[in-house]
Amino acid sequence: MTQELDYLRETPSQTAGPYVHIGLSPGAAGFDIYDHQLGGDIAGPHAKGERIRVEGMVIDGTGSPIKDVLLEAWQANADGFYAHPEQAGSVEEGFRGWGRVISDFDTGNWGFDTIKPGLVDTGTGQNMAPHLNFWIVARGINLGLNTRMYFSDEAEANAVDPVLNLIEWERRRDTLIATRSERNGKPVYRFDIRLQGDDETVFFDI
Amino acid sequence: MKTDGPFYQRDRTWHPPALSRDYKTSVSRSPKYPLISLETTVSETTGPVFGHGDIAASDNDLLTNYAASGESPIGERIILHGQVLDENRRPVPDTLLELWQANAGGRYRHKKDTYLAPVDPNFGGCGRTLTDANGYYCFRTVKPGAYPWRNWINSWRPAHIHLSIFGTAFAQRLITQLYFEGDPLIDKCPIVQTIPDEKARAQLVARLDLNATIPLDAIAYRFDIVLRGRRSTLFENRQEGN
Repeated sequence: MTQELDYLRETPSQTAGPYVHIGLSPGAAGFDIYDHQLGGDIAGPHAKGERIRVEGMVIDGTGSPIKDVLLEAWQANADGFYAHPEQAGSVEEGFRGWGRVISDFDTGNWGFDTIKPGLVDTGTGQNMAPHLNFWIVARGINLGLNTRMYFSDEAEANAVDPVLNLIEWERRRDTLIATRSERNGKPVYRFDIRLQGDDETVFFDI
Repeated sequence: MKTDGPFYQRDRTWHPPALSRDYKTSVSRSPKYPLISLETTVSETTGPVFGHGDIAASDNDLLTNYAASGESPIGERIILHGQVLDENRRPVPDTLLELWQANAGGRYRHKKDTYLAPVDPNFGGCGRTLTDANGYYCFRTVKPGAYPWRNWINSWRPAHIHLSIFGTAFAQRLITQLYFEGDPLIDKCPIVQTIPDEKARAQLVARLDLNATIPLDAIAYRFDIVLRGRRSTLFENRQEGN
């Protein structure tokens, strides 16, 4: 016999199901209940940096858009600081860095406005290229999927990003790079997420 | 100065695998390539912080948060309470919990739900709260009903409540479902059965808690939640190569 280790086990995950909006985005489910729905404004009005729009679809293994998906985004500000007490740097008033995004029930398109984040210092003398962190839940997804979105106009920083460089298959790195275009003079990044198949998006065990 | 290190790695043999064929929707929504394992960076060890300015104190009472004045939803009145801990048994204070559920007849208030059981005019079906300084939370609601879903031709979900928990870091983000002690549908449900280990499945079953009832008013269930723990920094120097 040996001593027992006294750790608890993490509560196991379950799918968010098709009606996730009731809890996390009730306005989309079709009813008004809270004074303040969370997650609509990521950067706030005072954030420095370039204002951008991010758009995309989440696509399943048959090539069909997923129309009941919910994504959460988590990002640093333009100085590369997260709005969190463990972070030494400060963020602008009203900058939360977190947002909640749902796809259109008819088309599967989603999109949101934010600011482009800066380089993030890992504390070990290395910078991470600007990126958004995503957490994706939906019916049929048993445990939320984590991925990152990088920016096509940051090729130099992307080339030395320590996380992108962990991906042994170089072609798969491209699945994390959003492509920049302009609409009415405003930058738009397109980021489609493919859950399954040969061009599958890279997902992380974080 | 930071005293907490990286998070314990998630035991993905304890959680449900992405692909579980009996839960049919998972077949086309599960990645086929392995996940890339990542030592947590600041992008994962931080996460959004919520405060009492974000939510209303009454958001945790589903008996009143959508009911007309003086009215109440139909169904078994329950109190749902518990504690949020990490794997080191440390309470997780001030963290946001959100829940959603069907009404007593198994009908969701959602424009995509077409089940013939009626909506309850006095029941919305969502609530949210922050844990207190010791990690405790409580909600008041009605016990949800079972409902049918298109998986097999005769599939019924057990009574369940969906729960979303933030913790202190994006790495701890979790959505799960709570079931009720003694429900015979639990063992027949392909979503419950996505979890391979019986002990893990048992961790999702809320226990009847008569000591927490309000006599002549509401019965109570207890449901504790465990989030990932973090390594303490036993040695400050990092391994070579890091």
